[in-house]
Order: sequence, then C-alpha cells, then structure tokens
Amino acid sequence: MYPVNPKLTRRRFIKGVIASGAAATSTSIWYAANGAERPPGSVERLIRINVNGQVRSVDVAPQETLASTLRYKLGLTGTKLGCNRGECGACTVLVDDIASYGCSILTHSVKAKRIETVEGLESANGDLHPVQQAFVEELSPQCGYCTPGQVMAAVGLLRANPNPTREEARQGMAGNICRCGSYDSYLNGVMRAAEIG
Amino acid sequence: MAYMHIGKDFVPPDVPGKVTGRIKYSEDYTREGMVYARLLTSPVPHGRVVNIDASAALAMDGVVGILTADDVYPDGEPQSTGLKILTNEPTLVGEPILAIAAVDEKTAESAMALISLTIERLPFVLDPLDSLREGGADAYSGGNTFVFRQGFAQEKWTSDQITSFQNGREPSAEPQQSWEYGDLEAGFASSDFIYETSFSTAGYPHMSMEPRSAMAYWENGKCYLHGTSQSLTALAEPMANIVGVPLEDFVFINEATGGGFGQRSRAARIPSMAIPARFSQKINRPVMMRVTREEEFTIGGARQGLQGWIKVGFKSNGAMAAMDMYCVSDSGGKGGGGDANSAAAGVSALYQAEAMRFRNTSIGTNTGHRGAQRGPGENQIMAIVAPIMDKAAEALGLDRLAIRKMNAAQNGDVSGSRSTPFTSAYMPECLEQAAEQFDWDGRKSRARQTNGSKVTGLGIGQGYHNAGRSGMDGIVRMLPNGRLQMHTGVGNLGTYSYASTSRAAAEVLKMSWDDCDIVTGRTDRHLAISSPQDGSNSIFTNTRTAYGAAQDMLAKMKEIAAMDLGGAAADYDIDGSRVYQITDDTVGMTYAAVAQRALELGGKFTGEAEVPEDLNSLTALSVSRLAGSALMGIYHDPRHAGNPPGFAVAMIEIELDTETGKFDIIELVNIAECGTVVHPQGLKNQLVGGAVWGIGLYVLERHLYDPQNGIPASTGFWQSKIPTYLDTPANIGTGWVDLPDPENPVGARGIGEPSMGSVSAALNAAISDALDGHLFDAAPVTTDMIINHVAGISEQAIPLAQNNFRG
Repeated sequence: MYPVNPKLTRRRFIKGVIASGAAATSTSIWYAANGAERPPGSVERLIRINVNGQVRSVDVAPQETLASTLRYKLGLTGTKLGCNRGECGACTVLVDDIASYGCSILTHSVKAKRIETVEGLESANGDLHPVQQAFVEELSPQCGYCTPGQVMAAVGLLRANPNPTREEARQGMAGNICRCGSYDSYLNGVMRAAEIG
Repeated sequence: MAYMHIGKDFVPPDVPGKVTGRIKYSEDYTREGMVYARLLTSPVPHGRVVNIDASAALAMDGVVGILTADDVYPDGEPQSTGLKILTNEPTLVGEPILAIAAVDEKTAESAMALISLTIERLPFVLDPLDSLREGGADAYSGGNTFVFRQGFAQEKWTSDQITSFQNGREPSAEPQQSWEYGDLEAGFASSDFIYETSFSTAGYPHMSMEPRSAMAYWENGKCYLHGTSQSLTALAEPMANIVGVPLEDFVFINEATGGGFGQRSRAARIPSMAIPARFSQKINRPVMMRVTREEEFTIGGARQGLQGWIKVGFKSNGAMAAMDMYCVSDSGGKGGGGDANSAAAGVSALYQAEAMRFRNTSIGTNTGHRGAQRGPGENQIMAIVAPIMDKAAEALGLDRLAIRKMNAAQNGDVSGSRSTPFTSAYMPECLEQAAEQFDWDGRKSRARQTNGSKVTGLGIGQGYHNAGRSGMDGIVRMLPNGRLQMHTGVGNLGTYSYASTSRAAAEVLKMSWDDCDIVTGRTDRHLAISSPQDGSNSIFTNTRTAYGAAQDMLAKMKEIAAMDLGGAAADYDIDGSRVYQITDDTVGMTYAAVAQRALELGGKFTGEAEVPEDLNSLTALSVSRLAGSALMGIYHDPRHAGNPPGFAVAMIEIELDTETGKFDIIELVNIAECGTVVHPQGLKNQLVGGAVWGIGLYVLERHLYDPQNGIPASTGFWQSKIPTYLDTPANIGTGWVDLPDPENPVGARGIGEPSMGSVSAALNAAISDALDGHLFDAAPVTTDMIINHVAGISEQAIPLAQNNFRG
C-alpha cells in the first residue's frame, strides 16, 4: 500500500493515478502469472475496452481516467492533456459517438462502450478523415496542441448534425479551447468538412 | 513582383501530424528506464527555506532521488531577480523548491507528503502601490525593485503621492527610468484639446495549451532534453548554460510547441526544463517531469500589469502635439518585463506624437513572474489611447477615422527617443483598407443608436510592434539527389514561420517545393541559429537568412558550372533543377550533378573552408558537423538599418446591452500592414488569433490573488479567463495591405503582436462609444463595471488595483 498523502489535491490525485501504471501493471501481471485470484473485494484491474475498433486488454487502476489510459497505457498520445480538469477539451474523444472529455471519464465506466481517438480516424489506406482533411486545407491548427480534441469534437458534431450552420458549429465546438485563438479557422474547417461529407 | 512561393499558400509539413495526433510534444516521449519527477512548490508567497528533511521520503520504495536548490546552485543561488531552477528563497506561491523522482508519479507525490519542509514566512505584497507606500512590504528580501547592474533596491513613495496618483493626478515621485524628445511644454501649450487620466491594465498568465513538461536523459556524456520553446536554436545555447553542459554536448529536441506567446522564447524564462536534465545527471536515469496546469500557471509567466497616468494634447487639426506618460509596472515575483517602455515607444510609433515624455518605475509583487507576452506594453496602451483619440475627435469636430489618418505613420517617419526611421510604413493605406472592408462610412451613423436596452458602439483600433531583427544565420544544403535541405532553428509553435521563412530559399533557387525538405526539430540535425521568434520578428529576420544562404549556394552552383563547363559564373542562370549557360541553355548541369561535383571539390563548396567568420557559435558548430556532407550555402546576416514596423488596424461594431453589461460583436475586421505577404493562411491565422487575444485583454483576462494569503485564484483556463468560441465572433474579417519593405529581400515584415493590439484598442473604443464616450481607463472592462456605470453607481474597488478584481 502507498502511504496516504493528506495534501493530495484532486489534480495531484489524478496525476498519481495516471502514473501508477508501471507498478500497478506489474502487480496485475504477478497475479495473472501466478494464477492467483485478486484480493477479495478489490476492483477488477485487467479489463477490455474497445478503442478505435480494436478490443484492447489493459490494466486499469480504479480511479484511472480514460485520457491517462489512452496516453500512458495504450500509447495513444494524440489525446492531449491541457488541463486534466475538464476545462479545455484537448483530451476530447468519442464515447459511443459522443464527444467527451477523456480526463473526466473513469476508464472503468466505458468498458462496454466504443472509444474513438484521433488515431482511429484515418482510413486503412492512410486517407485522412474529412474533418482532418478540411482542417489541413483551412490551416485550422496553429500550435496544434488542442487540435486532436478539436478534430474529435468536430467529428462528433458532424455525426449528430451533418450540415450545421456556422452558429450551430460554434455552439457545438464550444467545449474546446484554443489558446492560439484559431476558432475562426476551426469553424471554417468544420464547415468545409460538412461539405466534403 | 511575381514570386513562385512567396505569397502562396502551402501545407506546412507538420500540419498532417497535428490533425492526426502524430506530431510529438515533449510529454509524448518516453525512454526505457524513465522515472518521474514531481515538484514540491512554495506554499507561501514569500519565504525562506530553513530546513528540508527528506529522509522518510527517500526511504520509500520506488523513490529514486531528490533534487534541491543546493544541488543546482552549490555555490549559492544567484542574487538577482529572474526565475531559478529551484529555490530556497521563494517569492511567489508555487515556485519550485525541490523535485522528487520515483518509478511513478503517485509514488513521487506520496513521497512529497513525507518531506518535512520548514519555511520562514516573510512579508508579501500583491499590488505595486502597496509596496511603494511607506511601510509597505517588499516582494524580495533585498527590496521591492531590482536595478540593472546595481542590484536590489527599495523604492518608496509618500502616502500623499500614492493617493494623488490613485486620484488621477500626475505622479510626483522621481521615476527609475525616463526618456523624452521634443518640447513637451510647447506641445501642450499649442494643444486645443488635452486629456489627462490615470489608468490600469491587468497582468494575466500566458496559459499556453501545452504545459511545459520536459524529459531528459544523458547518454555518452551528452544531455538530451525534450522540451518546449519558440525557437529551438535561439534557446539551445543559453539552455545548455543553465543545465551546465557545453553546447557541443547538449541536444535540444523540440518538434512542436503547444503555444509560446513570449514566455518560451528565452531559456531564462523556462529554467524549469533544467530540472529533469540536472536530475537525470544526478540519478543516471531518464527523467520525465510532467507539468500540471496549476504549475504551468505559476512557472509559465504573465503579462505585466501597468498602473499609469497619461496626458495627451491635440492641435485643432487633430495632430498629437504632446504625450506624457508615467507608469508603475508590476514586475511580479521574479522581476522582469519592459512593457511600459514598449508601450511608450509604441505610442510614439503609432501616433507620431510631436513631443513625448516617458517615465517608469518597476516594482515587484509576490505574484506570477512577468515577462514578454504578445505585444508586451504596446497592446495594453493602445486600448487606453484609442478612446482618447475618439474624445479628441469629438472635441475638435473631426471624424474618428480622419484623426487617425492625421497621425498615421508613413514612409519617411521616425519614432521613439532615438528618432529611428521606419524601414517603410503604410498606416494610411491600412486605415483606408480597413474602412473599406468594414464600410466605416456606411456604418458610422449607427454609432450610439439604441434598440431597447441595447446600444451600438463603433471602434477603431491600431496596433504596432517593432517587427524585424537581423544578425542571425542561414544554412542550406543540396544533396547529390538534388533535394534541398533547409536547416532552420525557427520553432514550430503555430505560426508556421519555420516553414514560410524557409520558402525564401526555395524562391531563390527556383525550386519546386516538393524537392525541398525542412530540417528542424532537434539541434543534432545541425541547424542554424534563428531569432527567438518573439517580437513579431520571425518573418523579417529569418527570410533574410534563408534568402542569404540560398544566394550563397546559388553563387557556388554557378561557380562550379563555370569551372566544369567553361565561362564565368555570371554566364549562368538556373531554372529550378539545372544550372545552364545563358547563351546556350543546352549547356548545363543538374542541381544533383552540381551537388555531386561539390562533394568532389570540397573546400568552400561543402563548408570545409571559407566559412563566414562571424557565424553565431551554434551555427558554426552545426556547419562544422555538416562540413563535407553536401553542397552548402552558409550565410551570416548583417545588421539592417531602421525600424521594420508591424501595423494592424481593426474596426468593430458591438451591440451592448445596458441591462446586462454584456455585448455582442456584430462585425470585426482586422487588417495587417506587414510588408509583402509571405503565407496568406498563416497571416490570416495571426489576424484571427490576435483578435481573440485582443478580446481577452480588454474584457476577460486577469490575475486574481487572495489578498490574505497571496494564493493565486486564476490558475485555470476558466478563472483566468481565456476567450472561448462563445466569447468571440463566429466570423472575423481579415485583410492585408501587401506592400513590400525595402529592408527585406522578399519585402516582408512581422505581424503577430500588432494584430492583437488593434482589436483590444478597437473594442475599448467601441465600448466607450456605446457608453457615450465614458472611459473606464482600465482593462479588463467587466460586465459589472459596465452595469455600475450605467446605473450611476461608483465603483467600490481600490483605484488602479492590480492582481485583484479591479485590475
């Protein structure tokens, strides 16, 4: 057991949970390798989640967020952490087609759901998704750190509303912050993506 | 002039990586054996570490080490302001004191709880005026200000002086800094309209989206640092110095940067990156230091807040006859910032005041460290001056556009205390274009019209920043396969300048962009020194170096052709893939053949001899490592003459609801005057991004601190509060003048910062217009300030307050 830290804030707690991957993984592997049952009453650690159409087995701590699982367990670093507290949307992924903050979802809560990340959008032959293609053509990104989240928010928006007005797009994208202020260019990208289909 | 690449859109090579998530920022890397560092930061705004007992923490399973200020400064901490790697003398809440490394972050966090930190609390202060007041606390142990080359000092004003200043009168205390030109007294004497007021503008954090995480490891005596910067070569050598490693043993890796805005331009502004580097050296393991949003707030820097007094005089024809400005600048917890001086220089450049005086005193507070943030100074002051221009126009019976034209900078004009001439200036043309695109003549009759509780306001704003430097270097190589390698150190932080400036080389060599590769991302790819990509200078500065290096290559190509095919170098020309004789184009060599021949010849053709002697040290190192590898073009850029300005003009129509204090932006156009346009889409992004930042500056963003404990309350995006989709209009009109500057080989100047100042100024003018010319003389203007004004309720806040709700 780790000693309890009375000074842990929520963010530090989440960061700690994120980082517990290495030790937690080794513990789980020990149980599996030795055929031992997990301790009575404990939460199942080795779970399966459907990410980008593939079922992935992953060892997940009880309080682990989806963003940390994707980034630090599955190596899907396209999902970014800008704030880790549900403010910025850089970690936006689709959960059953709904744009969701990966930093604010516990991985254990999405075991039965479909997760899509920015890495899953390209076609098998490498063609960009229409939203990605439109964002390239409109030069929507600036620094790019928020871009994967903007892409996923746009994909989610267009699945729900394939032909939004610009104002609807603005409202639909409002959960994603861009510090570079590239909102106008992202909206151009969303509208172009709607045209491309 | 017809260009092949300049002025044309293209897909910068990093964009696909940004939309697919493939491009890597520093925290996306990993390394076998990597451990994780967490920071123990100061819980007090000002203190002195008395004792650190980490024995219990170090005894924990999984903990691999500790790094303290004593480790990084064995001879004692520098006795100056400025960020330190770690400190035992914190001057703001959140300043890093030590780092713990463990096999995972949770263990490191848990270990920190076992550290017994004994810290002596020292008096703290949050507002410069509170520190200036006799008996007020000082932000630093040695005083409340730091004088260059002299050290810490204490500056105090009498209570009467403070109160007088807060009541809007000219400060009477001796300033730390001053300059002036012209006859100020005569200027005011000749003025038909004089306006005088105090003002305050808020400091606020940069809040780049990417926290400044860093990872480092050592291998074979070399330090490899994955970090963040605005330009990786500008930062590399000073960063190596901070880490304490020779430049030749330091590799800085920085493929992409998630926002800079001034605070990632210089190594001294990101010394935290040395923590994993020094830690890795100490424990011989790769170290990842993930930085949280709260930590990014603390060590990520902030704009300076200004508390000022300004007096402006206008002649009957609208000409600005005199400008007198006095500022108290908030230098925060670590010193730094030259906003006030830049503000004054900006006013001089933009409004061409015939006589001007500038005075400033910089005072520390125990708040976030200060430094350059997008248009530091210029963008605050333009918002203060714009509605004063409107007041003058109204008083003198002039059109608001006309009074700006009267004072507009043009070719041949000078600015600043040294009367530096502009390299070129087309502000009248910029005003004209904005007026046309906005339909100023058609809209101006709508000013102050009401519709129920809503009232229309119109505003014109102008932005300026010095937008060009020189003295950097360029390297290009031609490989034997005919591909051009452009070695640039310009950072990839979203301006796309790293790519657009490189196109000047392709332009010189008339090459297809498909045959060119940009070499960047890590210093062991042997890059040229670049400017720090701050101060809106990148386009001007780095097109000069790319162009110069390509010219050097072109001369060598012609020389090789003449050597092998006969005649003189001047007898040859190029077509993008061949060097050929002008009189007989069947006689020639392909670029690939020339490159192959260069390898056989060696010497100056491959960078093994006759290298420019005045190359910067990093470039010289890169050239020495590339020597003999290809045909090389190498260039050191001499100093340019004059001041290359970046100008912008914005026009805004708002509809302000006097019942709620909220407003909608009905129309916004932002027009650039930045010489020849190099990359239209990139320029457009700077104009829309600058507009968003301008809205943030004037109505949203600020520093908030708990006055009792000095704890920051705006550590997150939402508290800070940076603009969102819903705070900004769905459409932002953009445009540009597109007239060449003679000091740049392709005619280009920069724009990143003026594009913000123009909008903050226009927005303030529009709000003032909607409120019958009322001036708040403060930024940000919040809804409650508007409601209180409409209701005739005087504000309860402290005049000129900083780092609190009024400022």
